[in-house]
This record gives sequence, structure tokens and C-alpha cells, in this order.
Amino acid sequence: MLQRLRNSGVSFLLGSALVFIIIQVLISAGLLNPYWQGIIFWGAAITMVSLGLNLIYGFSGQFSLGQFGFYAIGAYTAADITYRWVRNDSSALVVVISGCVLALLFMVGVSAFLRRFYGVATLTKFLFNFLATVLGFFIAVRFINPVIGRSVYQALNALPSGVSQQIVFFFALIGGATLAGIVSYLFGIPVLELGSDYLGIATLGFTIIVKVLLDNTDTLLPFPEMKGARGMVGIPKWTIWPWVFVSFMAVVLVMRNILHSSTGRALLSIREDERAAELMGIDTASSKILAFVIGSVFAGLAGGIRAHDLAFLHPTMFGFLPSFNPLIIIVFGGLGSMTGTIITGFFWIILLEGILRLYLPEGFEAWRFVIYPLVLLGMMLLRPQGLMGKYEIAFLRRPLPPLRATKTAAEPVTEPRPAEGVAS
Amino acid sequence: MKGRPENLGPEVGAQPVVLEIEGLTHYFDSLRAVHDFSVTIKEGELVGLIGPNGAGKTTVFNLITGVYRPTAGDIRYNGAALVGLPSHEIIQMGIARTFQNIRLFANLTVLDNVLIAFHPHAGYGLLDSVLQSRRFREREKILVERSQELLAIFGLEDRQNDIAGSLPYGLQRRLEIARALATEPRLLLLDEPAAGMNPQEIDQLMELIHFIRDRFQLTIFLVEHRMRLVMNICEWITVMDFGEIIARGKPEEVRNDPQVIEAYLGRQAIR
Repeated sequence: MLQRLRNSGVSFLLGSALVFIIIQVLISAGLLNPYWQGIIFWGAAITMVSLGLNLIYGFSGQFSLGQFGFYAIGAYTAADITYRWVRNDSSALVVVISGCVLALLFMVGVSAFLRRFYGVATLTKFLFNFLATVLGFFIAVRFINPVIGRSVYQALNALPSGVSQQIVFFFALIGGATLAGIVSYLFGIPVLELGSDYLGIATLGFTIIVKVLLDNTDTLLPFPEMKGARGMVGIPKWTIWPWVFVSFMAVVLVMRNILHSSTGRALLSIREDERAAELMGIDTASSKILAFVIGSVFAGLAGGIRAHDLAFLHPTMFGFLPSFNPLIIIVFGGLGSMTGTIITGFFWIILLEGILRLYLPEGFEAWRFVIYPLVLLGMMLLRPQGLMGKYEIAFLRRPLPPLRATKTAAEPVTEPRPAEGVAS
Repeated sequence: MKGRPENLGPEVGAQPVVLEIEGLTHYFDSLRAVHDFSVTIKEGELVGLIGPNGAGKTTVFNLITGVYRPTAGDIRYNGAALVGLPSHEIIQMGIARTFQNIRLFANLTVLDNVLIAFHPHAGYGLLDSVLQSRRFREREKILVERSQELLAIFGLEDRQNDIAGSLPYGLQRRLEIARALATEPRLLLLDEPAAGMNPQEIDQLMELIHFIRDRFQLTIFLVEHRMRLVMNICEWITVMDFGEIIARGKPEEVRNDPQVIEAYLGRQAIR
């Protein structure tokens, strides 16, 4: 058993290392032009968003259409940090990181405080956490940035420029992902009380709110560098294959390990029967929020990766229609199958944005939204469980513990069955 | 089975009170589901709650486990008030229940069903599982062992990797009890455990209920329709009709109570 697990882990890691090396070699040798590099990076980003959505919808049963909102938050946050950094301004870096840390600390305090009371109303909980976040970012803007902003800038600039760039990029990705997580937590507190259909509508509303805010970043929000509906240009093109690979693997491994733990089982039980899960002592409300936050962190991280590959962000990238892509991908790949999501996610981008765009005549763009639904319809009719169903490759599959070798002293109530042979 | 007549009177009995319900009333809009329901259950007792269909028995269970919030009344478990607590906290305090219509996690394996109920006792956090720490591996091993022990008691150890929904009906009922026991309860609420069973299966079930009560030192409160089960294993019985208690006493007393006979037979005669 352990042997088998170790083997599957080893072959998985070897396989991933091989993929990493092959693509790195292709890039270094110049065989993979920037267009196809972009397609692969894009595929990785969309797959990360889709994996997050699969955790929320496929594994926990909470229907979310808001993942592109968090994708956008991650993208714009990370982009703002690096955009300002390359223009000799460390304020976004310091504010986002210290603001996130403070907000998280205050939220922990708020939860500890609210735990003393029974039956805290959802809106009260939301309000307290919202105030904690606002306070955290207020302190970061007004007090932390003026004090340490300058020294952070000097300290990082003292390093070789390549090193400081990687450090800033790392914190930009982390900052984007964390902020997406914090927003999803605040949003999830009230919204996850809703049942499936209503949750879908509410999260769709969230995507639209984010889109509208992004359209007006320069007028409604104090971020002139994001340039609202004109699109944010001048983001450094820092995404390289190792960053994509590491982020992607981190998402896959974190998700796999969570799903294989007691928390993962709790999430599955909520999908199966929420009432029964609650009556088995599982805190369903917190578990749902947890899945929602983790899925959104994945989306935020993917956003940062995508922003620094494209070096350009536009609100329409996060609009109504593209926000359905992750949903289509996980339904296509199989709800509750990581393997299916990974395959379909890459396939989706490589086929639609790569192959079809290159080899189909001009004007195909207009036909895509006729073809998508038709393909989806066919899929639903022919294979409603998705491409992979619930299949997982060995490493991602939840282990089936072997039967027990020996019986304990416990007397079986019924006639004892003949002892089974020990499974390997 | 020993009769324990002293359990009926509130004035005697050395056993501490486990569950105390007082004046429990619940309305669904204007429909009165439960009215002024009171019961006191002491440690180690095996108490039955019977009544015709729609009498409000399952509603009482739902009120105890926090599925509904009662319109009025008090529920105390070991002295602590339960009204207003979320279900999962009530369960974690040591109350477990099964469901009238089986509610297993039908697409998961038998072992998973039991492991899920161990979740509050997992003993490791999210970080442990993400990092696959030693604590995670050790606790996970213990959880699997304990689940397998439980399954063995219920004769399900060979079926652990089967999908729960594929088990035959009788085994699903057993698995539901096993899953409830995994939450480590002191008080077990069984909602019609014998529903859909034939007399032979009911005999096995009675044996099982006695066995788990002794082994896990449980107090058991059960809702049942089947007189064969209730009359044979319950130490005393409360009878409900139209949301109200119409009788309580030892099985033989209840059996001969005219109001009970009317509630059951009268209605059947009309039908």
C-alpha cells in the first residue's frame, strides 16, 4: 500500500519534472515561439482557476460563477505591484503585503472574539471582518507605507536587479492571491449561506461588480495607472516558465493534499448531503467558506501569472462571457476530477486560442460562441459525467486503505465472515 | 433486558439526567407539529418514542439536533442548553443521530462514510494535511484503524471500499448506525431504525442495539413504528399523537393504555 503510494508519487513527480524540462528546453532552444509559450502559460493559468472552481463546485458542491472576479483581483493587484515597482515606487508592494498581513491578523482576532458568542448573525460576522480588513489596509496606507516604504525600496534595490525582480514578483503573486482570498472570505460569509442556484446568481453578480469597478479604476477608484476601460499597459513581462510551473504544481499539490485529508472528506460530504454532514458534527458553513477561499486564492495566483505574461490587462478579459470558461472546463473534464480539469484546461486554451485561431480563417471569432454551446450540448447528451467522470491518475486518487489484516477482540454481532486475504 | 421501574419517577434514581426536554413546542407556520413535549432521559436508559404517522416524532429529533429552532421550550443535555446552537456543535457535544430515510453519503465508500463522521476528532489541521506532516500521517492511520474497528463490529469490514449506495438496504441501515457512533456520542438518537426490515432483521437489530449500548455505554432514544422492536427493547416509552404526549410508561402499560389503542387502532379502523 505505502509502496504503491510512494511509487505513484515518484512517477508523478518524475513525469512533471520531465514536462518541465522538455518545455524549458524547447523554450531555451527557441523552438517554442512566444505565441505558443503564451498559450501554454495561459492554459496553466486557466487550469489553475478551473481547479479552484472544481474544488468549490465539483468537490464541495457550491455553484460559483465568481472565479473570474477573483482572477481579475489577483491579476490587477499583482500587476499594480510590479507596475509601480518598475517605476521606482514600492508603495503598492508594501501596502498590499502589510495590509493583507494586518487584515488577516485582525480577522483572526475577530473570529476569536466572535467565537465567544452563540448564534452570531451572518451580517454581523461580515461587518466585523469587513471592518478588520478596512482597518488593516488603512493602517498599511497611512502608517506602515510612509514609515518603511522607503527602506524597503532601498533594501531591495541593494540586491542585484535580477534577484530583487524575482523577490518583487514573488510577493506580487502572493499579494494578489492573498487579496483575492481575503475578498472571497468577506464575500463568502454572507453569500455561501445561499443555496446552489442563488449562490450562482450572487457570484455572477460579483464578477460583474468587479468588471464594472475595473472599467472605472481611474475614475471611481484611486488607481489611475490601471487606466479603467482603456486597459492597463506597461506591466513588466516577468512570467517565465519556472514560475508558471511552480505555481501550477503548488496548486495541484495543495489541492490534492487537502482532498486527501479529513477536510477534503468533509467537503465531499457537504456535496453529497449538506444536512447529513452538519449532523455528523461537521461545521458546514466554515468548510464551505474554506473551499471557496482556497479556490479563490488559486484564481488570484493564476491572475498574477497571466497578467505578467500578457503584460496587458483589460476589463473585458474578465467580463461576463469569459467567466464561464472555468465552468465549461470543469464540466467538460468531469466535476470532481482533477485529472479531467487539468487535461481539459490545457486542451481548451491550446485548441481554441492556439490551433483554431491560427488555422481557421478570419472571422472565426464571431462563430466561437455558436460552436462552444453546440459542443457543450453534445457533451452533455453523450457523456454527461464529463470527459473523465471522476477518474483520477494514481497520484491524485484518494487512497483506498487496505482491509484489516487481523480482527480485533471486538465480537462481531453477526456470524463472523471468513477472514479476507490481506490486500497488497 | 432488565426493567428499571425507578426510572419513571423524577424523584428517584441515582443515574444523572442526560437529556431534559421541557415544554418543547414547534410550529411550522401555523401548523402545530409539537406541543408542550417534555421528557427526561437518564444515563444508560433505552427510551422509545412512538406514535402514528405525522405525530411529530421526527420533529422532536430535529429540534434536539438543532435542525429546527423550537418556537418555545427548553432542551438541556447534561445541563447545557441546546436551543440555538448550530447542529454541528450539538453533535460534537456527544449527541448522534440516524435518519428515518437513510441519508448516507451514497457516492462515497463505506469507509469514507465513517471517516467523515470522525472529522471533528481528526486531530490535525489544514496545514498538517497540506504539508503531509507526520502528525497528519499518524492521525490518519489511527482514524482509518478506528473506522475499521467500528465497521468490523457491524460486520461491514469486507465492504469498506464499496460505494455506500450500493450496499443492500439492511447493511445501509447498519452503516448509518456505525457512522453515527463514529461521532463518539453518549446519547444516540435512532430515527426508525427498523423501517423496511423484516421480522428476522428486526431481531438482529434488537441484538445490535443492546450490544452497542453496552459496548459504547450509550443512552439511546429511539423513534419507532414497529411495536415488535419497541415493546421488546425499550425500558419505557413515550407516546405522541398530533404533536402531544398522550401516554408514557413501561411497554406493557403503554400497550394497554386506551388512548394509545385509540390513536393506533382507531385510526386504522377508519382506514
